[in-house]
Amino acid sequence: MNRFAIAASTLAVAALCTGGPALARDQVQIAGSSTVLPYAQIVAEDFGKTYSKFKAPVVESGGSSAGLKQFCKGVGEGTIDIANSSRPIKDSEIKACAEAGVKNIMPVRFGYDGIVFATDAKSDAWALEPKDVYLALAAEIPVDGKMVENPNKTWKDVNDKLPDWKIVAYIPGEKHGTREVFEEKVLVIGCEAAGGHKIYVDGGMDTKAAGKACYKVRKDGGAVDIDGDYTETLARIQSNPTGVGVFGLSFYENNTDKLNVATMDGIAPSVETISSGKYPVSRPLFFYVKKDHIGVIPGLKEYVEFFTSEKMIGPDGPLADYGLVPLPEEELEALQEEVEEGKVLSM
Amino acid sequence: MTDQTASLASFTGEEAQKKLRKRHRAERRFRAYGVAAILFALAFLVFLFTSIFSQGWSAFLQTSIKLPVEFSQDVINPSGNPDAEDEIFRANYVKLARAALYKQLGIDAEDRKVRRDANKLLSRGVDVQLRDMVLRDPSIIGKTEDVWLLASDDADALLKGSIDRKTPSDRRAVNDQQVAWIDQLVDKGDMEKRFNTGLFVNGASSNPETAGLGVALIGSFFMMLTVVLLAVPLGVCAALYLEEYAPKGKISDTIEVNINNLAAVPSIVFGLLGLAVFINFFGLPRSASLVGGLVLTLMTLPTIIITTRAAIRAVPPSIREAALGVGASKMQLIGHHVLPLSLPGILTGTIIGLVQALGETAPLLMIGMVAFVVEYPTTPLDPATGLPVQIYMWASSAERGFVERTAGATMVLLAFLIVMNSLAVYLRNKFERKW
Repeated sequence: MNRFAIAASTLAVAALCTGGPALARDQVQIAGSSTVLPYAQIVAEDFGKTYSKFKAPVVESGGSSAGLKQFCKGVGEGTIDIANSSRPIKDSEIKACAEAGVKNIMPVRFGYDGIVFATDAKSDAWALEPKDVYLALAAEIPVDGKMVENPNKTWKDVNDKLPDWKIVAYIPGEKHGTREVFEEKVLVIGCEAAGGHKIYVDGGMDTKAAGKACYKVRKDGGAVDIDGDYTETLARIQSNPTGVGVFGLSFYENNTDKLNVATMDGIAPSVETISSGKYPVSRPLFFYVKKDHIGVIPGLKEYVEFFTSEKMIGPDGPLADYGLVPLPEEELEALQEEVEEGKVLSM
Repeated sequence: MTDQTASLASFTGEEAQKKLRKRHRAERRFRAYGVAAILFALAFLVFLFTSIFSQGWSAFLQTSIKLPVEFSQDVINPSGNPDAEDEIFRANYVKLARAALYKQLGIDAEDRKVRRDANKLLSRGVDVQLRDMVLRDPSIIGKTEDVWLLASDDADALLKGSIDRKTPSDRRAVNDQQVAWIDQLVDKGDMEKRFNTGLFVNGASSNPETAGLGVALIGSFFMMLTVVLLAVPLGVCAALYLEEYAPKGKISDTIEVNINNLAAVPSIVFGLLGLAVFINFFGLPRSASLVGGLVLTLMTLPTIIITTRAAIRAVPPSIREAALGVGASKMQLIGHHVLPLSLPGILTGTIIGLVQALGETAPLLMIGMVAFVVEYPTTPLDPATGLPVQIYMWASSAERGFVERTAGATMVLLAFLIVMNSLAVYLRNKFERKW
């Protein structure tokens, strides 16, 4: 009996393995940014509902960089078709893609996401400026024309209108795409406003190095890197009600009863203020498509067209309901045209 | 003599009694430490279970709304051709559900704002619910029927109390008008919490109310099947050879050390290996439960080899010698005596290995099984997820409804683990033989 069992199971496994590569893939495979994930999920689900002859795509998360790395592994059924990304693809990544044979990449910029600062719901609403955030969280700040180690202990030290709370901010960790936006749209702007940037440049740094020096956040516990997702940031704020957290707009909109959002430069973040460009801290969201897979993987072309349709990413679509800031009308039309003609990135 | 009396006195004298009492006290303290350690562990267990159960039980109930839906021919099948499958598939079923809701609430369907508020009471999954009814029984077209339709996650959260009614209306996910409608429906008995079969049947979804463990359960099943079919024969054969045939020496020592090491390797490493070997080299598909099963096989193999070797070693030498003495060959000895006698131990080890594999997420991350999969896998080569993966994915979702589902899915996983572990204990007690 034992011999029989061994023989049977070996056979069964052998049959499974040899049958594998012969089967053609009939589902679109997507990987990438965890910020884009909920949007891609909604589209994937509705895609499966709408088209009876295509299966719903499989969406993995794991971060923009990890997704693009997988995307650039090569062309063929064993590789993914679409990479979601919360930042534009880098030149180095385009190069890596080209070396592996991925030469035709269709970029799709499908909307915007706002980044908001929020405190516990019981506190009063804050009015922040990039300068306040910089002075509270940077490693070095300018005092009397010299860069010194950040002496600020409470938010009141930074700005008299802010409460007398110990500075503790939960910011996205360095592997997140959100971190780059936080650095470029908040810290550098704040750094320039506070005069730190000028001091760095006067001290002999070039503009790029000065910008980099402005990114440095304090390491004494005032700025806490969160490597997980926004649920972790929310949990931190609930256990420490005097903490400040950085969230995506859509996450905040799903938790308005637990969080109080801060205004930035006097503008409250909302779909309207972000799409009009008034709210300063926002970023475009992307996905990248392997053009060589179109026509090979069933449903890929239809998925891209479905994603960029008015029904999905328009102002009344389910993605806007979830918190996506939709493209202005002319941008959407331009995007649909580009998708139609299959415009690819120039190498 | 004097020595003896002196030593006797040292057992009965005042000094000795004191010493004895001291030793007894130390003994009691020692036992108390043990009891305290167990109580401490139990307290943690109770804390874990109460927090999961108190959050998770409500996931097994789901709010639905009873609506008289008119399956209008004009909307579903305007061409009148019952074979127009695509037409029936793509019909605007949401419109039917919404029309029924407006009627039930007695609201003006012209006012856009009111309409939008009312629409938010219904789940985004109602179209699939109605479509499935029509596809199952096309004769329903043209009739009006009472249907329990899924309510939205916000309405569900209000009924379950996870949205506080005292929060000001502008910060609450449901506004005052919606609360009034919900109360009106509940009072009439048209809205209630019903058993949530969708939790066990549905695939992944971005709406909590239509999200379920269906794909994860099938994926976990395929993975366990692969592990049983591969790891058990491989593990038992390896263990038999190492115990019965392998010459004891440096080589077998090296192998033993390596197997023990392998058992302690972090599971993510097996995921990396799986990505490099099974997907990149052998070209197996990503996200497939077969690859997951293969990775978990590698992970459980050392556990099975170690427990099987222990079970084989526990077979008394007298039985071996008796078998060899009456002229049995080594293979007969193993087939007729050693294996049957060590079977309970092997089974226990296998089940413990499976339990370990069932709860594993990290290795699956690398091979693309931490994914959003809507469609049921029909073979082990189709994309799938697993139970712990689904828990992990739900835990990081923003919507309120996923919090209770995370805990609910954990309860389902715990139930499987408890059943499997009890089975291991039962099998051990039933087949165990004392010598």
